Amino acid sequence: MNSLAPPPLLVRQQELVSALRPFLAEDALLWEPEDTIPYECDGLAAYRQMPLAVALPQTEEQVVQILKVCNKLNIPIVPRGAGTGLSGGAMPIAEGLVLSLAKFKKIINIDPIARTAIVQPGVRNLAISEAVAKHNLYYAPDPSSQIACSIGGNVSENSGGVHCLKYGLTLHNVLRVRAILISGEIVEFGGLAPDAPGLDMLAVFIGSEGMLAIVTEVTVKLVPKPQVAKVIMASFDDIGKGGQAVADIIAAGIIPAGLEMMDQPATRAVEEFVHAGYDINAATILLCESDGTPEEVEEEISKMSAVLKASGATHLEVSQTEAQRLQFWSGRKNAFPAAGRISPDYYCMDGTIPRRQISELLNRIKDMESKYNLRCMNVFHAGDGNMHPLILFNGSDEDEWHRAEAFGSDILETCVELGGTITGEHGVGIEKINSMCVQFSESERDLFWAVKAAFDPKKLLNPDKAIPTLNRCAEYGRMRITGGVLPHPELERF
Amino acid sequence: MTQSFIQDTQEAIHEAIQSKGLLRITGSGTKDWFGAELKGNPLSTKNYQGIINYQPDELVITVKSGTSIKEIELALEEKNQQFAFEPPHFGDNATIGGMVCSGLAGPGRVSAGSLRDFVLGAKIMDGQGQVMNFGGTVMKNVAGYDVSRLMPGSLGTLALLLDVSIKVLPKPIATATLQLEIEQQKAIHTMNLLASQPWPINASCWQGEQNGMLHIRLSGAKAAVESATNSFKKNLGMKLLDPDEAKKFWDSLREHQSDWFKSSNHQALPLWRFAVAPTSNPINLPGSTLIEWHGGQRWWQGHLDAAAAKAIAAKAHGHASIFRSSERDLAMLSSLNDNPLTKALVPVQERLKKAFDPHGIFATGRLA
Repeated sequence: MNSLAPPPLLVRQQELVSALRPFLAEDALLWEPEDTIPYECDGLAAYRQMPLAVALPQTEEQVVQILKVCNKLNIPIVPRGAGTGLSGGAMPIAEGLVLSLAKFKKIINIDPIARTAIVQPGVRNLAISEAVAKHNLYYAPDPSSQIACSIGGNVSENSGGVHCLKYGLTLHNVLRVRAILISGEIVEFGGLAPDAPGLDMLAVFIGSEGMLAIVTEVTVKLVPKPQVAKVIMASFDDIGKGGQAVADIIAAGIIPAGLEMMDQPATRAVEEFVHAGYDINAATILLCESDGTPEEVEEEISKMSAVLKASGATHLEVSQTEAQRLQFWSGRKNAFPAAGRISPDYYCMDGTIPRRQISELLNRIKDMESKYNLRCMNVFHAGDGNMHPLILFNGSDEDEWHRAEAFGSDILETCVELGGTITGEHGVGIEKINSMCVQFSESERDLFWAVKAAFDPKKLLNPDKAIPTLNRCAEYGRMRITGGVLPHPELERF
Repeated sequence: MTQSFIQDTQEAIHEAIQSKGLLRITGSGTKDWFGAELKGNPLSTKNYQGIINYQPDELVITVKSGTSIKEIELALEEKNQQFAFEPPHFGDNATIGGMVCSGLAGPGRVSAGSLRDFVLGAKIMDGQGQVMNFGGTVMKNVAGYDVSRLMPGSLGTLALLLDVSIKVLPKPIATATLQLEIEQQKAIHTMNLLASQPWPINASCWQGEQNGMLHIRLSGAKAAVESATNSFKKNLGMKLLDPDEAKKFWDSLREHQSDWFKSSNHQALPLWRFAVAPTSNPINLPGSTLIEWHGGQRWWQGHLDAAAAKAIAAKAHGHASIFRSSERDLAMLSSLNDNPLTKALVPVQERLKKAFDPHGIFATGRLA
């Protein structure tokens, strides 16, 4: 063997770069480590990998050409939006290309009467609502990272937000996706009509974590802005009563615009941080929002108040002004940075369980706190049963980290046992890929692979994410936030 | 019963694989007229019935596919809940399996969403007799591809639906229906203009030729419905319909039992469905049109050349299909081949079908 021969990865890199260079501008193709290092991870910073190269195309035609080149050279592609994902879905592959859609930033068309907007995938979630605000419309799904995350990423992850109980997930709010298959063919899923011929491929495409095709255009549904919104903050002296109140509200025939829950460790950490006006003596608080016409909101707030009182709320406070409503929400949205202030590290879970199991899970987490000798604070989308327990630990203590890991697995397994799922909104990505082995049987995972192969026969689009191979099923990966800080700490999350 | 049904069905599937036969999945046959010509030996879900789990405060019901929609709707009614997408039954014993796999929805679809929006999870038996679970019973679940949502509209060409979990919603506290005589183009504009404002509009329908009658259904909180009713009466000159008459109107529309559908029901004339961009111009065909979903779904009865129908639909960013007719020419069903941007998906769809059904025992061709 010739010791002077360049390493195989470098050969691949040369091959890829020279094939892409003819049609990409100099600053649209990066391969020097100092240029590609910002792309080595997404919002899940514990998982890093340098790619062969990063392409930042500007036109659909360039995307087509990139896909054709990679298809020909058998180079895997990791698509990337704003890089705010929390499950490592956009983590590069060593022998692959990162395809960034960051330059696809145009809002192509807004039709206020049809209530639709056609946008490129790099458009930020919140930018859509801002652009259509003058028509009194907005785009409903509101993941907490909405000031930075892109609609292309939202489509790939089927993102939710605090209002999805009433307004639905990305799936319910996207009408059409224009995308490019690995072959370079331009296709359309869904459409402007209420349905499309053939199988509903749009439904399986949304949430496919960049593994089926590359999005180049999205038509979203817009909804009229509610005239008014008000939120109730309800205190409970017992976590079980708070969990029951969530079920009672739904049982009373009310679908609140938002229904969030925080336990005492969470309210205390938050109150110290943002002074949201929370009742820190309560064992748990609920935030219940109503939106609509003034008459509607009045009616719903009084109904919800009655249910909450009957469920044992010890104190109710209704937001009197828009500023106070936003203040109540600011506490909820800052729960994660607040956790970062009181603990060197925290470890976030994303399981979803049936609502009636909320108090059961919270009680089990309480027991686990003693078992693992670690603290845990709980904030969650109670209306959807989507839990975000935050395990607090010190990462510089090896034993604490192992205990935190075991604590986390215990929570996820409990979620599956209680009839739920390992991930409600953060996606599987690379982080939870091993937990997929717990939730799905071998034949189910085989079908997932066959679905992928139907779109991407050579399995070049974001391989090794979301769907584990048999070999992977032995390992466990976890989200770990070093030093209590996520990348982009300025963003509100979850 | 469950175990023996599953075993019997697995046997039937294995036998079909061996004999290279075709299995046509059927519930009670109420929608046999829908889709392409029937082919294959019936594989019935009649012996697979019952509610597996219904938790009103979880907003979800899990049922076996052979259960009748009527039975489920009665159970929901008892808890003051409903399927907000208002599935049409099109017959007395219509089953949940047929409801899901036809993917059809009624007037409420325009505000509540499509049937597939409400599917949370499914247990299926694939073309090799393997039983698999996808999705679940929770509202948010992003573990793996959303395979359960491929079942709606698949017309039995992918797999046998065993159990399905569907999101349910509380019934609205108040509803009201208003009507207005108005010409077609203006009606389309009015429906969409009102929908772009925060009114509690739940359904819309217009029928006529040049001129016709617009119906709008409001639903939601009592105060909201009242204030919209007053505003529409005062500002648009709309008339409030008697509640019983209104209920009859929407029920018969959903079931295609109203006078407008009479000729196609008797198969005197083919019924065409145009699914188009809601704000598109009136489809330029002689005679009467019935419009639903703020313009997104348009019905027309008459003899029409398939290519002409498809051209009209394409102009309106949609697709056209024969919905109910004595003739069932495959060319009259909309297909991925109709649009240059979906042509490349034809082999993808074929591979998807193979993924579920490698031996082609469900390849009845019912879904064009």
